[in-house]
Amino acid sequence: MSDTNRANQPVTPGRPTLAVFKFASCDGCQLSILNLEDDLLALGQALDIAYFPEASSEMRKGPYDIALVEGSITTPEDAHRILSVRKQATWLMTIGACATAGGIQALRNWGDVEAFKRTVYPSPQYIQSLSTSTPISEHIHVDFELWGCPIDKAQLLRVITDLLGGVHPRLPTHSVCIECKRRGNICVMVAKGIPCLGPVTRTGCGAICPSMGRDCYGCFGPAEGLHEGPGLPPNTASLAKEFHQGLRLIPVEVLRRFRGINGSVRPFREESQAWEQNDRASHE
Amino acid sequence: MVTQSNNHIDAIPKVLLQQLLDVLSAKGYRTVGPVVRDGSVFWDTIRQVADLPLGWRDEQTPGRYRIEQTGSTRIFGVVHGPQSVKPLAFAPREPLLTIERSKGRVSVQPTMPKSEKVAVLGVRACDLAGLAIQDHIFLKDAYRDPYYRIRRDGLFLIAVNCTRALATCFCASMDTGPRASANFDLALTELDEEMLVEAGSEAGREVVRALTCAPASPAQTREAERQIKACAGSQTRQLDRSRLPSALYDAHEHPRWDDVAARCLACGNCTMVCPTCFCHSVEEAPDLTQTGSEQSRLWDSCFTQEHGYIHGKNIRPTIKDRYRMWLTHKLASWIDQFGTSGCVGCGRCITWCPVGIDLTEELPALLNSTTQVKKESIRS
Repeated sequence: MSDTNRANQPVTPGRPTLAVFKFASCDGCQLSILNLEDDLLALGQALDIAYFPEASSEMRKGPYDIALVEGSITTPEDAHRILSVRKQATWLMTIGACATAGGIQALRNWGDVEAFKRTVYPSPQYIQSLSTSTPISEHIHVDFELWGCPIDKAQLLRVITDLLGGVHPRLPTHSVCIECKRRGNICVMVAKGIPCLGPVTRTGCGAICPSMGRDCYGCFGPAEGLHEGPGLPPNTASLAKEFHQGLRLIPVEVLRRFRGINGSVRPFREESQAWEQNDRASHE
Repeated sequence: MVTQSNNHIDAIPKVLLQQLLDVLSAKGYRTVGPVVRDGSVFWDTIRQVADLPLGWRDEQTPGRYRIEQTGSTRIFGVVHGPQSVKPLAFAPREPLLTIERSKGRVSVQPTMPKSEKVAVLGVRACDLAGLAIQDHIFLKDAYRDPYYRIRRDGLFLIAVNCTRALATCFCASMDTGPRASANFDLALTELDEEMLVEAGSEAGREVVRALTCAPASPAQTREAERQIKACAGSQTRQLDRSRLPSALYDAHEHPRWDDVAARCLACGNCTMVCPTCFCHSVEEAPDLTQTGSEQSRLWDSCFTQEHGYIHGKNIRPTIKDRYRMWLTHKLASWIDQFGTSGCVGCGRCITWCPVGIDLTEELPALLNSTTQVKKESIRS
């Protein structure tokens, strides 16, 4: 995301090659590509889809101009494999919460993976699994990150369009609330007292959940990124305080609000840990 | 403003209000009014009186909005929802242009909105004041915005004078309400049995002439005046503008900004619901084949990171910078820029702030203790 030089270089003239790789994930973001419908045909014309096992058994070798990476790193094998993906790709973009933030499986980062293995598998010694689920960016340089569980199809198309045009992709990072108000949605927090993560969550989904009368659960990650300094958004502390004092959530409920699909990303992680301490204190 | 109107006032029985909708329809208007949806009211097309929020009323406090059905015969018991009239003239998302490229040539086609006659029933005085400010911004002199112009020209505004104030209302202290004093075609005051009607334009008078109504009795106009005055008198919030704009500029380094920044989410809700906030961004949407693009304008907010991004640097990185920018513009530099306050006292930013930040509390805190801070610094 930070490497603008690379992004500003036009990819191969003609039909640049596209590869789609999967790590620890549910495949939902890859399905978002297949669900592009009419745009999928245009995508297939604009790009040479060289490697996409979910879509085709024809799998050509790299290097590739654009690599999309779905999923997080949860095994020693994958931690090794992602290095080779990086080497094969001119431009590497993560797609979705797992690849960008560690995903829901990053809940293991607060658990005891060995205990999980013993509970689930009769012969846990055959399971080779890391004790953490980590985003791709903790292992290699990532050129661009798409958030969401799953990603937004329009955002994916937009980023690829920008790359093909030799433009550095730019996506808005502001809160979901702004999109909610543009759409003429009711605020579920103010009008219904539902603890909504929209005020601290990055836009991009089109405010789908509040449009259906339910709360945002933060699947696009923290608004404006990763707490790069004091006083910067997202102000998770103020929203959490309102959940507790205004909407009467008990500390463990506040903790769970922030420890979801993007629970491992710094602003959400730090907030849930603060409320874990509050929860412990409330039991003492 | 609570000053009595000099215009001629008629009365129509509330049971005959359907006639107004029918007359508007016959004159080619689509009528929109407040319609109950998802626990609030939103502008929507109405065809009959029953589409209006009969018997409903809203309660608003900082960070909280609720409506309830009271069973009363009040048609306009809900004061307002999150929308002012703003979205009807300044669309939240509006296509501006389509750009096409073929054989090395680029052609640009503006995408103007469809001209439509829209009667807006139930506009509050604060919203008329907000619309007048938006008109000034979008239609002044050489910088007339043709997209806004087309939507705005189609509007026929039917105000409803407020006879009940919310806990968040402070229009009386901003001289914008609760009576609609200008910029309307018709203004209604709802009594128990009748609707008093006042025309504010020739188009309004034409509509009144088509209605079955009689001049309002002195008792009826007195009762309307009493209710409007009572509404003004019942407002618990106010904004003291006597020391603006200068006192707020002087408060630029006040520690209270840190205090409010610790609460502010920078979510932008206050700016979205504000009847006067006009910030927008322009978005380019090229197609994958690089042969065409659509350019749109969409509501933006001074609370976003991108808004403060100028020449490779974000000039308002922190939440404190952004809240200070918003409040200082709204209440102080707006006066220098446009000759009026940017606040009309509707209270929406108080209600729709998810953490209930209240500018009528923030302003005195910023001004009053400034003097104290100054005094203390003199002493030391």
